[in-house]
Amino acid sequence: MLTKRIIPCLDIKDGRTVKGVNFEGLRDAGDPVELAQRYTSEGADELVFLDITATKEKRRTLVALVRDIAAHINIPFTVGGGIKTVAEIEEILKAGADKVSLNSAIVRDPGLITRSADAFGSQAIVAAVDAKRAGDHWEVFVKGGSQPTGLNAVEWIEKTEQLGAGEILLTSMDRDGTKSGFDLDLLRTVDEKVTIPVIASGGAGTIQHCCDAVSLGKADAVLAASIFHFREIEISELKQKMADEGIPVRLMNH
Amino acid sequence: MIGIIKYQAGNLASVQNALDRLGAEYFTSDDPEELEKADGIIFPGVGHAAAAMDNLRSRDLDVWLKQTKKPVLGICLGMQLLYESSEEGDCITLGVVPGRLKKFDASEAKVPHMGWNQFQPLKKHSLIKGISNKQFEYYVHGYYAPANEYTLATCKYITDFAAVVAKENFMGVQFHPEKSGQVGSHLIQNFLDLVHES
Repeated sequence: MLTKRIIPCLDIKDGRTVKGVNFEGLRDAGDPVELAQRYTSEGADELVFLDITATKEKRRTLVALVRDIAAHINIPFTVGGGIKTVAEIEEILKAGADKVSLNSAIVRDPGLITRSADAFGSQAIVAAVDAKRAGDHWEVFVKGGSQPTGLNAVEWIEKTEQLGAGEILLTSMDRDGTKSGFDLDLLRTVDEKVTIPVIASGGAGTIQHCCDAVSLGKADAVLAASIFHFREIEISELKQKMADEGIPVRLMNH
Repeated sequence: MIGIIKYQAGNLASVQNALDRLGAEYFTSDDPEELEKADGIIFPGVGHAAAAMDNLRSRDLDVWLKQTKKPVLGICLGMQLLYESSEEGDCITLGVVPGRLKKFDASEAKVPHMGWNQFQPLKKHSLIKGISNKQFEYYVHGYYAPANEYTLATCKYITDFAAVVAKENFMGVQFHPEKSGQVGSHLIQNFLDLVHES
C-alpha cells in the first residue's frame, strides 16, 4: 500500500543548516549533509531543503550543496527558496535534486509552472503555497509570508494543478511555528479540490498532530522542522505510532 | 562497465550517484557506438514519453536499444518505454515488451502515484533476489504498465500494475532504485551482479 510520507524540512543559509524559533534567533545547526544522513537513517521518507540565503552570489553555494546532498543520500529530496527561472530549476535538478518547490515566483509568473513541468515533468514541480485564514477563506502570501497577494489560496492551488504542478506543499501561516496542530479545515478543503498529492506543513507539535493531518486532514505527507531538529519527536517513534493508529507508513525494521 | 544512456529525459545524476556509492564503473553516452562497449546498460528516464521517444530517435538510440543483447535495466520512464505504446502523448514506444501504458484514473486516488510502496513478487528472478513484499521502494509516475506474462512483480495502487518486468535481456523497474534507500541499492547491485555473470 502507498504509505504516508514523513518529510523533515531543513532551512539552509549560506550552505549551512540553521535552526530558529519562529524565525527569530537563527543559529547554526551544522552540516546539512550530516543532518540529512541522520534523518535518512532514522526513516525520513523524503527531505526538503529551503534556502533562505538572501544574496545571489551566495546562492552559488546552494548548487554545490545540492550536489553534495545528492551524492550522500539515497532518498528523494526537494529544494526550494527563491528559485525564479527554468534555467535555475534545471541547475538544481541537474545537481541531483528530485524536485524543486516554487513559491513567490509562480505567483508573479504562473506560466513558470507550465514551462518547467513541460521541461522536467510535473513530478519535479512542487507548488509551495503559504496560506493565511482571511474570514471565510484563506489568502496566499509570498516573500516568506510577508506579502499578501489577494489570491484565494484554494483557487490558486487548483490553478497550480491545472498549470502542471505535480504536488502541493501547503503551509498554514496561522499555525506555522505554533505547535498547535495543522490547519485541518484548510487541508480537507484543498484535498477535495485537487487530485495531486498534498504535503501538510505548519503546526506540527505532537505525534497526534501528524496523525490528524493524515487521517482527518487527508494529507499525503507531513512536513515538519523544529520537532525533528530539536529531537522532540524521533522520526522512528512517530512512524511507529502512526502505524499503531492504522496509518500506512514505511517502517525501517524490515 | 555500465553504460548509462544519456538523453534529455534522463535523471543521470541520481543514477551516477547510486553507482558511485556501490563502487561500480560506468560512463554516460548518447552514442550507440560507445554504448556498444558497455557490458550492461542502464536506461533512466523521467518526464514525458512522447518527448523522450523523439529524443531517442534523434540519436538512433531507439534502433540500437531494440537490437542489443546486453542486459538493459530501464528505470521508471525507461522501463515504460520498453513497452509497445503509451497513452502519454499517444505514442509508439520501443516495443520490446508487449503492452500499452495507461494513465491512472485520477477519480480513484491521487495521481501521480508518489511515495513509498511495496511490490508482490510473482516470479523468481536474480534482479529481485533478496527483496520481499515487506520492503518499500520509491515510486513516482502517472502512467502504469498493466501486468502481463513478463511481469516479475506487481505493485498495488488503484490497480495492480507491473513494478518489475523482464523479457530476455531487457529488465525494467517502475520505481526509482536510485532513490529507494537500501532496498534500491540492493536491486542495483543485483543488476550489476547479473551483468558481471552474463
